Amino acid sequence: MTIATIREETCVPRFARGTRLQYDRVREQWFVQAPERAFLADAVAAEILQLVNGKRSLGQIIDQLTEKFSAPRDVITQDVMSMTQDLADKQVLLLA
Amino acid sequence: MTVPGAPKALPPMSLLAELTHRCPLQCPYCSNPLRLDPRAGELDTATWMRVLDEAAAMGILQVHFSGGEPMARPDLADLVRHAVSLGLYTNLITSGVLLTRDSLKNLSESGLDHIQLSFQDADAQEGERIGGMAGAQAKKLEAARLIVEDGLPLTLNFVIHRQNAERVPAMLELAEQLGARRVEIAHTQYYGWGLLNRDALLPDRAQLDATEQAVAAARTRFGNRIAIDFVTPDYYAERPKPCMGGWGQRFLNISPSGKVLPCHAAETIPGLTFPTVTEDSLEAIWQDSPLFNLFRGTGWMPEPCQSCAFKEDDWGGCRCQALALAGQASATDPVCHRAPAHQRIEQAIAARPATPPEFRYRRYNNAP
Ligand code: SF4
Ligand code: SF4
Repeated sequence: MTIATIREETCVPRFARGTRLQYDRVREQWFVQAPERAFLADAVAAEILQLVNGKRSLGQIIDQLTEKFSAPRDVITQDVMSMTQDLADKQVLLLA
Repeated sequence: MTVPGAPKALPPMSLLAELTHRCPLQCPYCSNPLRLDPRAGELDTATWMRVLDEAAAMGILQVHFSGGEPMARPDLADLVRHAVSLGLYTNLITSGVLLTRDSLKNLSESGLDHIQLSFQDADAQEGERIGGMAGAQAKKLEAARLIVEDGLPLTLNFVIHRQNAERVPAMLELAEQLGARRVEIAHTQYYGWGLLNRDALLPDRAQLDATEQAVAAARTRFGNRIAIDFVTPDYYAERPKPCMGGWGQRFLNISPSGKVLPCHAAETIPGLTFPTVTEDSLEAIWQDSPLFNLFRGTGWMPEPCQSCAFKEDDWGGCRCQALALAGQASATDPVCHRAPAHQRIEQAIAARPATPPEFRYRRYNNAP
């Protein structure tokens, strides 16, 4: 598990072409824009996705959120890993 | 029409911008109205730009440029660029037959987010017969190649009916070969041209089952690589679909001449006044026009919908289908097994001829 996690933390996520995070000023909510649909990003997803810029690794994103929310690192790690994997499955994020 | 103090309707999510009804193809199931808008009545570029401004300001998130063939409009890339600058997600719905390397480059550089490319069949000869355009298939294949080469995400769209249903497996293979990210296998909806051609299009139950199996098998094979959107045919369903996600709830449709509609077939409903973008703002039309409030929510519903547990799932189905089959736009969609007019659906299936009749192609002045 540790080895897999370390390797994965070096992954750099980025939005696939045709998908992005967008703040909707009218509804005051974050949305993931994707082909044929826009879906609501919940508070956790929005925090994570705002840090996705194609340069930060998952590990750096986890570090930043750990600091911002003064939360245990493994709790944040779990959130970040499961959400990015889910969005990669939906072809929203690419993990390189 | 809005009651003072009544809660405002939530803003729509999407705008379907039908830029033109002109199209080199003539699909017999086309979702355009039987009476097509002529070129002379089309909105000009400046008006579409203003409409996009209003759409973004009211909270619309996605704009689908459609038609007819939207690439027949020389200002398409300018409209895309403007929509992108407003933060709108831009999708192009095209037949691909007018797409060239240069026009695609122009669209791509304008910031277009996604393309949905339609095919009439996986088989070239059949596809060209169904779409009524010789040479179309080679152009579509080339369009797909150029789109994927550019890196734009591509969705292939296939409309399914009795004359191409057996080739759904080949369609799914084609999507895979061409590098599509999504594929829509959408059974025909029966209003407008589709209703006119219903006997030539409506599949039987066995054909439907085979398409479902083909889609299930491909889903297993594709995994997360390619998403498949499968649209079932209403006629064999137990309950209707939530047409447009509910009347006046999620979608706005603007016709080439600027009529603002809750769905693309709404013009078939008689006795209504259709607001236009040249007379009023999108926001005022969405919130206050009698048209958008007519079937919004559940207050208008007759029984059995009114006391049904599903009324906020399917919103009573499609108003245009209710009109076409039950004779009244406010009736329960006859597709529903509980609808008083459900026997119209059973009759249509029973009366389906063994051999499909000739198509009545979608052309200017080709409707009764
Ligand atoms: S359905 Fe066919 S005829 Fe209608 S707009 Fe699309 S390509 Fe043209
Ligand atoms: S009765 Fe009306 S609300 Fe209930 S399932 Fe049928 S169409 Fe939908």
